[in-house]
Amino acid sequence: MSVVPADVLPGSALAAEEPAACAAELGPRARLWPSLAAVYRAQLSRARVARIPLLFVATFQSIGIMILMRGVVDDGAEAQAVVAGSSVLVVAFVALNLLAQYFGQLRASGGLDHYATLPVPPAAVVLGAAGAYASFTVPGTVVTAVFGCVLFGLPLAHLWILVAVIPLAGAALAGLGAALGLLAPRPELATLLGQLGMSAALLLGVLPADRMPEVVRFARDLLPSTYGVEAFARTFGPDPDWAFVLGDLAVCGVVGVVSLAVATWAYRRAAVR
Amino acid sequence: MCAVRGLTKTYPAVRGRRGTPGTPEVRATDDVRLDIRRGEIFGLLGPNGAGKSTLVRQLTGLMRPEHGSVEILGHDIVRHPERAARILAYLGQESTALDELTVSLAAETTGRLRGLDVRRARAERDDVLAELGLTPLAGRPLKKLSGGQRRLACFAAALVGERPLLVLDEPTTGMDPVARRAVWSAVDRRRAERGTTVLLVTHNVIEAETVLDRVAVLDRGRVIACDTPAGLKEQVAGEVRVDLVWRDAAPLHVPEVAALRDRAVESGRRWTLRLGPEEARAVVATVTGGAAFAALDDFTLATPSLEDVYLALGGAAQQGLVKA
Repeated sequence: MSVVPADVLPGSALAAEEPAACAAELGPRARLWPSLAAVYRAQLSRARVARIPLLFVATFQSIGIMILMRGVVDDGAEAQAVVAGSSVLVVAFVALNLLAQYFGQLRASGGLDHYATLPVPPAAVVLGAAGAYASFTVPGTVVTAVFGCVLFGLPLAHLWILVAVIPLAGAALAGLGAALGLLAPRPELATLLGQLGMSAALLLGVLPADRMPEVVRFARDLLPSTYGVEAFARTFGPDPDWAFVLGDLAVCGVVGVVSLAVATWAYRRAAVR
Repeated sequence: MCAVRGLTKTYPAVRGRRGTPGTPEVRATDDVRLDIRRGEIFGLLGPNGAGKSTLVRQLTGLMRPEHGSVEILGHDIVRHPERAARILAYLGQESTALDELTVSLAAETTGRLRGLDVRRARAERDDVLAELGLTPLAGRPLKKLSGGQRRLACFAAALVGERPLLVLDEPTTGMDPVARRAVWSAVDRRRAERGTTVLLVTHNVIEAETVLDRVAVLDRGRVIACDTPAGLKEQVAGEVRVDLVWRDAAPLHVPEVAALRDRAVESGRRWTLRLGPEEARAVVATVTGGAAFAALDDFTLATPSLEDVYLALGGAAQQGLVKA
């Protein structure tokens, strides 16, 4: 089928003894931002095909939890914690759980080879995927927050804080999810860790902290989603203390940077074995 | 353009756990030496587990060898594995990274990640999809395509963002003849216009014979032969393959047939014999006349193929390369 003999090809005269010294020009390297944008766009379209049903599940799960909790909590601080916790839970479901599963499966099936044989910075792959998964939590989180405010009679005035909460909590949780998925030696383990992380965000984030024993409260402080929940919950008060809100969001941001850096390192490690 | 010297990789022994027996240490590639010339289609042929994939992973910078060197177009890939991505395009066997994308987006994204700007990536995407006849499928997710179409879409992604070396791991698996022809004519066009080199991993002996300029036969991590397909076949040119298919069982009561049994490779009702031409003629005369003929269902007489070469060279356990 191949009709072109090798010896008539351009440049083949010097084929046999190519001087080692004259190295061929390398193809271009993909730069960080354009390739990040390309990965982001591809991941977003993937999510559109494959993840919409799961987004509904995430949203209904949070709404269901709020309806259940309505009979249990009072209308004050506890209600604020439940609404904030349920909203951030949507982020945990998608960014932590689903991303951990995705990277776990990609790694196990050899799908990482595709990216590893392209001249793309590891950070672009990890940040692009994490960003896409975090973006996909936006509608679910907003719907949950609005529904919760209406259900518990909380003010809608400061819901704009979600503009900061979703990306920062999203970065922290997606970074964690990506790192877990890429570090887990087996895909089932990645799924398990993602599920456990989401369960922790559910139990420790949604249930009011005051009723918890000391140990659980300590665990709660270790979970990055907690700070997103706290920041969001504070804004429901009549006179929110913005310094604390900023402080909580800063913790999310720092965890996000660290966990995404770990995920990038984990990607590099998983890609070249 | 690509020189491989003394490439060795050993997978460590795995200790058995409950329910799973351990595996001993495996030399996946053992002192491999290859020279691939510019513009040729160079094949790696061998059965499953011969070390083809390991070798390719080492050439593409995905895996570090323990010893040895890989030089592609003057670049040391062992020392700088990240350069491989800027010299070659790799089509692996897995499509999971692209499965949920549309054909068009898979090709465009891959091009952008090869460093093309948006406009170039889109232009090249359109050209490649048109060239491979994939334009009607451009809007469909890879997941929804048949195996062969998906493979062709992955091949399209590998072509966007041109590279001087294409490393293709069984590119035509599952493809219909039209798609296969599209692949080989796309490869030929790139060779003729740009002197593109192709490293092809294959199981398929028939495809190997028709498309390859040169082929290295791998067995248990070693290169046991490396030549043109015709050159390799000359090594066993003295032999002819005789296949005998019996109706039920071989008529062992015929002394001539019973005498052949030791030299035949039996698989069910089929006996395969490798014989000199004179001998082959005698065998055919025997089985087509007399008592043996009644028991004979079918027979073929064939000149050697690459598969015969592989077996003659002492390939692993007389196991065939592909059912073709």
